[in-house]
Amino acid sequence: MHWSTIIYCGIITYLTRFSMIFLLKKDILNDKTKKILSYVPSAIFPAIIFPPIFLDSTGSLDFESNPKILATVFAIIIGFFSRSIIATIFVGLISYWFLIFVYY
Amino acid sequence: MNKRLKTLTKGITDVSPLMIPVVPFGIIFGVIGMELGLSSYMTFGMSVIIFGGASQIVLLQLFSGGASSLVTITSVGAVNSRHLLYGAVFSEYLSHLKFSWKVILSYVLIDQAFAVSNTYFKKNKENEFKHYHLLGAGFTCWTVWQISTILGIVLGSVVPEELGLSFTISLTFLALLINDFREFKNIIVMLVSGIVATIGYNTIPFQAYIIVAALSALLVATLLTLINLKKN
Repeated sequence: MHWSTIIYCGIITYLTRFSMIFLLKKDILNDKTKKILSYVPSAIFPAIIFPPIFLDSTGSLDFESNPKILATVFAIIIGFFSRSIIATIFVGLISYWFLIFVYY
Repeated sequence: MNKRLKTLTKGITDVSPLMIPVVPFGIIFGVIGMELGLSSYMTFGMSVIIFGGASQIVLLQLFSGGASSLVTITSVGAVNSRHLLYGAVFSEYLSHLKFSWKVILSYVLIDQAFAVSNTYFKKNKENEFKHYHLLGAGFTCWTVWQISTILGIVLGSVVPEELGLSFTISLTFLALLINDFREFKNIIVMLVSGIVATIGYNTIPFQAYIIVAALSALLVATLLTLINLKKN
């Protein structure tokens, strides 16, 4: 690893955050665009969430004996009813630990 | 209380619950960095210079796989493309600010700060100091991230791998979406993104699966929005 790689990655990360705030003016977005942009978190986060849950360490799909799927389902159910971010994460992690250390 | 300070404090308290999973995330990053044989300065330097969990984890993954600098930098760019969209959402609230404010706020515009400040901005459009919310939320994330990176560097190999702490990365992002589960259209968009990313993880080059998945899901979101407009 070279420092230059880290610095370039830092610059790219910063520029992606900076560019749109700096370039766009207030009324450039119409209501339709804003409505579509409201889906942005739903469009991006699952791309980070899904692969580590459904793929094993070799990168193949793993539906059987996969404690992460069950733990995620528990987390979603609790999160849906409690609307609590902390409860979602804790239930997910605790049920995961229960599954890997006790159940399996 | 002064309105600036009040908004700043609100940003800090709003984002604080999201910091609980950030701590193990930062520790994991620090531990992995050390395990891969990076110096502690370099591992900590990544957290200060890049300041983005997903980018830093992808950078380490690719480094350990022996990817070239060009592939690594391109991949980090792909992972970060989501920030373009955050900025596009936020520009509505932040476009009136001075250049120096935009320079500072851009540095801390990360997932967790975006999530809480976006909610706050929607409800408090009239507050002229609303950007202090993002400042408070963003620098809280920054401080917690740096401290937990240092903890990870210090802990090194002490944290047992069996705890599966990397699962908290998925749980954190999942928790950020929990309020969107109430709308059916959001769930469709999430499924498209997740399925494309899972299938594309091995098939799409340059770790571009995140941006490909996001663009596919946004395309579906656009179609759903247009169909809905036609109906009304």
